[in-house]
Amino acid sequence: MATAAITTERDNYLNHEYGIRSWLLTTDHKRIALLYLASITFFFFVGGFFALLIRLELLTPAGDLVLADTYNKLFTMHGQVMIFFFLIPSIPAVLGNFLVPLMVGAKDLAFPRINLLSWYLYIIAGVIYVICIVTGGVDTGWTFYTPFSTAFSNTKVIEAGIAIFIVGFSSILTGLNFVVTIHRMRAPGMTWSRLPLFIWAMYATSIIQLLGTPVLAITLLLVVFERAFNLGIFDPTRGGDPLLFQHLFWFYSHPAVYIMILPAMAVESEVVACFTRKRIFGYNFVAMSSIAIAVFGFLVWAHHMFVAGISLYSALVFSILSYLVAVPSAIKVFNWTATMYKGSISFDTPMLYAFGFIGLFTMGGLTGLFLACLGIDVHVHDTYFVIAHFHYIMVGGAVMGYLGGMHFWWPKISGRMYPEGWGRLAALLVFVGFNLTFFPQFILGYMGMPRRYWQYPPEFQVLNVLSTAGSTILAVGYVLPMIYFLWSMRYGKLADDNPWGAAGLEWKTSSPPPTFNFDEEPVVTWEAYNYEEIPAPLAEVPVEQ
Amino acid sequence: MSNSPIAVEEHGPELLHHFVDAEQQRDAATLGMWLFLATEIMFFGGMFCAYLIYRVWYYNEFAVGSRSLDIWLGTINTAVLICSSLTVALGVRAAQMGKRNLLVILLLLTIVFGFAFLGIKGVEWYDKYKEHHIPGPSFNVDDLVRDYPQVHIDPRHEQIYFSLYFAMTGLHALHMIIGIGFFIFLTYYALKGRYTPKYYTPVEMGGLYWHFVDIVWIYLFPLLYLIDRKPLR
Amino acid sequence: MFDNFPLWPIRASAGAGNIDALYIFLVALSALMCVAIFAMIVVFATMYRRRRGVEAEQIEGSSALEITWSIIPLGIFMIIFLWGAVIYFHERTPPRGAAEVYVVAKQWMWKLEHEEGQREINELHVPVGRDVKLIMTSQDVIHSFYIPAFRIKQDVLPGRYTTAWFRATKPGTYHLFCSQYCGTMHSGMIGQVVVMEPAQYQAWLAGGTTTGSLAASGDSLFQQLGCSTCHRSDTQGRGPNLVGIFGRPVHLEDGRTVIADENYIRQCILSPGTNVPSGFKPIMPVFQGLVGEEQLTALVAYIKSLNPSPSGAASGTGTQNP
Repeated sequence: MATAAITTERDNYLNHEYGIRSWLLTTDHKRIALLYLASITFFFFVGGFFALLIRLELLTPAGDLVLADTYNKLFTMHGQVMIFFFLIPSIPAVLGNFLVPLMVGAKDLAFPRINLLSWYLYIIAGVIYVICIVTGGVDTGWTFYTPFSTAFSNTKVIEAGIAIFIVGFSSILTGLNFVVTIHRMRAPGMTWSRLPLFIWAMYATSIIQLLGTPVLAITLLLVVFERAFNLGIFDPTRGGDPLLFQHLFWFYSHPAVYIMILPAMAVESEVVACFTRKRIFGYNFVAMSSIAIAVFGFLVWAHHMFVAGISLYSALVFSILSYLVAVPSAIKVFNWTATMYKGSISFDTPMLYAFGFIGLFTMGGLTGLFLACLGIDVHVHDTYFVIAHFHYIMVGGAVMGYLGGMHFWWPKISGRMYPEGWGRLAALLVFVGFNLTFFPQFILGYMGMPRRYWQYPPEFQVLNVLSTAGSTILAVGYVLPMIYFLWSMRYGKLADDNPWGAAGLEWKTSSPPPTFNFDEEPVVTWEAYNYEEIPAPLAEVPVEQ
Repeated sequence: MSNSPIAVEEHGPELLHHFVDAEQQRDAATLGMWLFLATEIMFFGGMFCAYLIYRVWYYNEFAVGSRSLDIWLGTINTAVLICSSLTVALGVRAAQMGKRNLLVILLLLTIVFGFAFLGIKGVEWYDKYKEHHIPGPSFNVDDLVRDYPQVHIDPRHEQIYFSLYFAMTGLHALHMIIGIGFFIFLTYYALKGRYTPKYYTPVEMGGLYWHFVDIVWIYLFPLLYLIDRKPLR
Repeated sequence: MFDNFPLWPIRASAGAGNIDALYIFLVALSALMCVAIFAMIVVFATMYRRRRGVEAEQIEGSSALEITWSIIPLGIFMIIFLWGAVIYFHERTPPRGAAEVYVVAKQWMWKLEHEEGQREINELHVPVGRDVKLIMTSQDVIHSFYIPAFRIKQDVLPGRYTTAWFRATKPGTYHLFCSQYCGTMHSGMIGQVVVMEPAQYQAWLAGGTTTGSLAASGDSLFQQLGCSTCHRSDTQGRGPNLVGIFGRPVHLEDGRTVIADENYIRQCILSPGTNVPSGFKPIMPVFQGLVGEEQLTALVAYIKSLNPSPSGAASGTGTQNP
């Protein structure tokens, strides 16, 4: 046993049982988290491959790498894969599944079998989507606008719609599990105000998953029905309304972006607290801001439709509401920054990702103000400005949060340390590559380059070349962690229970944890982030100059 | 398996080991089911929203389409579902009181009512099929145009009514089928004596789900069948 | 900037300046916020880097600070909102007396028709300094009419008219893009807007064969399709008299009142049973499938021309949907 790949001497969830059945039929939330990790990583590289092809095509103004139809499929599938099969599950299904029971002091999630079911739904959906890809793909844009998707596209819209419908249920079940677990399975003494902010943010995420995703489900189902049975609900030649589709679609898809960012904010709070050795400044405000984002997030969907043909008055209402939802996000950024004041800061890889997150999320969030502004949005809607904005948040924000979280909790998950030098290098490459890829796109957007363009006028080329160059650096930054995480599972330094000296119940059990998480049921008598009682890991502290 | 020195209490095999006690398990199941029903409300809500908008825009077509449905079959189905909710509620009570045979009878009755509902719905759909009111290539509402000369009907808008009719009743029926399936499982386990006054959570959860499906129908019935049943001029 | 490497779009319309001003304000504000936050992070990271023997100071928070940095951003956001709203309101309200150009979008081209009858494909000639209102619809899927140099954009929908307007201020040739994904050649559905001096524009209008003004073609269509049988200009017709109807309120048989704008006229032609004016029976034949989009625009232009006042109702093209 001592020479097996990922073992410590102690019985833990990884060496508890061997064999493929013990993994495919597991109900252990930690194993399910790893199942998800493998699956979403696969889809990340599928979506990333599409992105690379897109950026290669855009090196030149002419459409000379792939056919126009192929390009349209590439950006559609890049979006759908990245959003539905990578970003939305990522932190909740990997880190959330792993950590929520540990952080609240429970032995597992409330419904372990439903947890496994949610992974199988993800896999079934993934298989259907891969079939969709290899049998021709889909070219409707990730947004499926009607009547193009219902009556004009000649691609696998039904298959893609069904796949996303199913993966939506995976998301709903994950959210359901988290909400019930957080409400009903906290350890004795773990009051709401003692919960880590990670849990607050995951709770808010779960509420959105629960209430928003079903609307996407019914909307996609109606699109599938319309295509399959030639209904006319969205067909203007039969009295149907394409704008109805847009309202229904965005009613989910706007809150969806908060499903993607709130978990990254969850990670941010934990990492900043640990690497400044401080309780997060303004705990109550950060906790409440998560809830506020979830609630307000449901009220702003038509800011995607300012030029779609909605009434002037609707536009005014949605614009103003969109500014309201920006406030809680700003509050978080200020609080994280304030936490650094009089902290004791170290610069391990998770913290580098945390710094990157604040910077990039701030930039992305500020550009959201541009888009919420009616006068500006008319000009930049459906241009590269929007693409840059959402990539700043989803890649610069959510993916960096995900990577930061993976590095932070890797010792807990695997029992091994990743190589710190490589970790920092990858973080730097991601940060530099990301900015080079996406900052030029703000300029492109204001200049008027529309999105989803296979070919473009020559004056846009220089910025496109810069963007593509950046994407190659970004790609290297993403591949590195794949390699060294895998490497560390065999050769990484063994981790002890709490290598970072972090607060939180998950650090009070072994790395990796035993199958039922704790040797004894924890009884919580301390506040969250009690860093004054936890010594910093000595090895990290440099000798005073 | 669990090495946590929690207070050892008498519990049957139904207590799952990640729960501290039976009460936590039951509370979790209940909260979970209510949350799930909330998602179902959002799911049906999208269709209700579409219905609302098109009914306002195409009132005449909706009214005529509504009249073309068989109000008696719809009413009977409503009664059937209400009765089935009664049997469900009584079944939960029977489980609470440990009356196994009564529970089994009530569960079976519920299933029978469920099948009755689906059967009647099948008859209604078949009627629509015969009348060419199913959206698609053979959709034809000349009969309605003829029968209601006093209102102007645009066949395309009529098709929207029927699209929504089939989508809404179809998804409702699908939920009924799933409910019946679940109740078949419940009946099987009830026969084996699994549900006792100490543990009847699945019966209760099944009951909640069934009541929800019933309530959706209580909304669907007036919205689809009773739009305008005033006597014609 | 460099000729082949521009970093800013040309400003060629009356509204562009305001939009650019707001944009620059937002850029400056964002830059300020970024610099402030990044500087604070750098300063804190340096000053408070981990040192042996120095503990972090546990600070719970500060409600005063929280409220301050909530209220102040909110206030700034409201200013941005108001500024943007004013611009948007102006953008969505075409002025009276604007010259009208009808646009029909289809996969993958723009078909434009001037009031005077001049037709263009993927090109729009306009005189400098004149208000131009675009009345647009699509034959198939949703498109979007985007002129970056004018900073205007409006989705073009099938089954409805949507409008946009601008006043060009600088002669030249500018990009026209479709900016709502519409299928294979979405990126090929581009063209140019040619802004000319008024004299040149008149010359351009006069040259080239036209088939008469849009309203005139509408007139002949009106006769051809038999509309004039019922829609007489006296009270004897089975249909309402259309003279002077455009832009005025219409009382419907179900009690509601709507404005007879382009969308209403179009709906009456394509789906006459919906929204029938009160006092009339729903006996008008359905023309859906019998008239194409260009013919519809001609009919709409004709009906507008029946108004006694020189211009039709100004911003009548309501977008009814919330």
